[in-house]
Amino acid sequence: MPRLHPLGDAALVCDLPAPATLAQQQRIWALAAEVLAWPGVGEALPGMNNLTLTFDPTAVAFEELAARVLQAWPGLAAHAAEGRRIEIPVAYGGEHGPDLADVAAHTGLSAAEVVRRHSGGDYVVYLLGFLPGFAFMGGLSPELATPRRAEPRTAVPARSVGIGGEQTGIYPLVSPGGWQLIGRTPLELFDPSAESPTLLRPGDRVRFVVESLQT
Amino acid sequence: MILVRKPGVHASVQDLGRPGLRQLGICPGGALDMLALTLANRLVGNADAAAGIEFTMGGCELQFESDTRIALTGDDFGATLDGMPLWPCWSVPVRAGQTLRLAGANAPGTPKAGLRSWLAVAGGIDVAPVLGSRSTDLKAGFGGHEGRALRKGDRLALGASRLDADQGGRRPFGLRAPDWGTAEADGALALRVLPGPEFEFFTPDAQALLWNERWRITPQSNRMGSRLAGAELQRKAAGDMLSSGVIPGTIQVPPSGQPIILMGDAQTTGGYPRIGVVIRADLWKLAQAPLGGRLRLVRTDLTHALAAWAEQQRYLAQVAQGLAAAGWPGAA
Repeated sequence: MPRLHPLGDAALVCDLPAPATLAQQQRIWALAAEVLAWPGVGEALPGMNNLTLTFDPTAVAFEELAARVLQAWPGLAAHAAEGRRIEIPVAYGGEHGPDLADVAAHTGLSAAEVVRRHSGGDYVVYLLGFLPGFAFMGGLSPELATPRRAEPRTAVPARSVGIGGEQTGIYPLVSPGGWQLIGRTPLELFDPSAESPTLLRPGDRVRFVVESLQT
Repeated sequence: MILVRKPGVHASVQDLGRPGLRQLGICPGGALDMLALTLANRLVGNADAAAGIEFTMGGCELQFESDTRIALTGDDFGATLDGMPLWPCWSVPVRAGQTLRLAGANAPGTPKAGLRSWLAVAGGIDVAPVLGSRSTDLKAGFGGHEGRALRKGDRLALGASRLDADQGGRRPFGLRAPDWGTAEADGALALRVLPGPEFEFFTPDAQALLWNERWRITPQSNRMGSRLAGAELQRKAAGDMLSSGVIPGTIQVPPSGQPIILMGDAQTTGGYPRIGVVIRADLWKLAQAPLGGRLRLVRTDLTHALAAWAEQQRYLAQVAQGLAAAGWPGAA
């Protein structure tokens, strides 16, 4: 069962026991979909192994909402929706992936092998956060885990594909960032004028496809 | 049209923000003091959701190119209209050609001046809504006027005013600004705070320091967050937290032990322990608090937090009633 905490006077956090797994995350998405139909609930924001709800306390009290979450939880597993499958072409290495050599050195693999394993993985978008459309993905092969750079860049180029610890992700916009940059995609991750403004959504399944490789 | 002659620092078009998109990583943004923008809008007959301009630290100059009506709320930075003082929370007719000036904050870092003010213009600033809002997302670079802070030479169009000619030209009138007790006896701003989900992660000393320290607002503060300096808040044990949702008012403590109070443009998820959350009814005070100013975090409970919110809603309802009785277009 999730542990429930208030977050200020108009939000509630549901925390699942560690470790984070895809099965738990799927129940979080199911809960997110469910709560949006409840009176007084504003937003449902998945985190990693947790969900934050905003609500209008004049429409529903914290205790009432908490009781409802605990009541709904056991019946949720069946609802987990299958995400879309999305292929992301990547130009690995060279100017597009300036840290590919560092990742290779840290992991003891050749650059080509890092790329083979990164593009061979099955990834699932656990949540979007940090920037509009920035996807935190699970599924990175553990041998590729590489610590963040000691000195974060002040401006990571938009659409850079990076590794940060045991996660991989893509920077939608130019922003500061400390992840190891191994490539870049030509795809637009965030377009505020589009009907669906982000390319990726929680639950989507992602494959990286090698478009080119410079070592 | 309004011509920006001097933009000041980070002046931007803001409305009530774009809530509902956090699950896409899109911050709610909007005016950091929504109460102030709402009051300004009502004073010029606008709907609450009309876009205005948020100024930071004054130092701006705007020229009006058509007759309109304006209201300024928050810190007034010695505002003048063609040299005549413009009081905060007043609704004032403006003639084409007149110039609004906001003096700069006395000196950066002095706690005397405030930090932000909000300007509403009859009809609202007419920029195209993006993802349901006219607010500028400065970090992601979209919304508002070309997705950026205002620059010298920018010209902003105005929407259709809801005031008729008689209302538009009516003599200036003002509201009594609410007095909800912002300062403590020692001059520190008091913000009421509920303990956060990770309050227990901190040592008993740190928990006590949170309430007892006089925190200083550092100059590194911005629309994403107010960074505080003071005692170092230590955790019982180090260790990573998984990314979890954050909302404006969340007080995060990074490894430095110096808290950050998140504001409207903050990222939607964070990985630092949330030691507390400033209640919704008090967050506007922080939006106006000067850099270098001191503040105290006062522990409160849910009952008091909700009562404080209800009190503000009552005040807004009274304002709406009073304006409607005076034949002013109603809030919507």
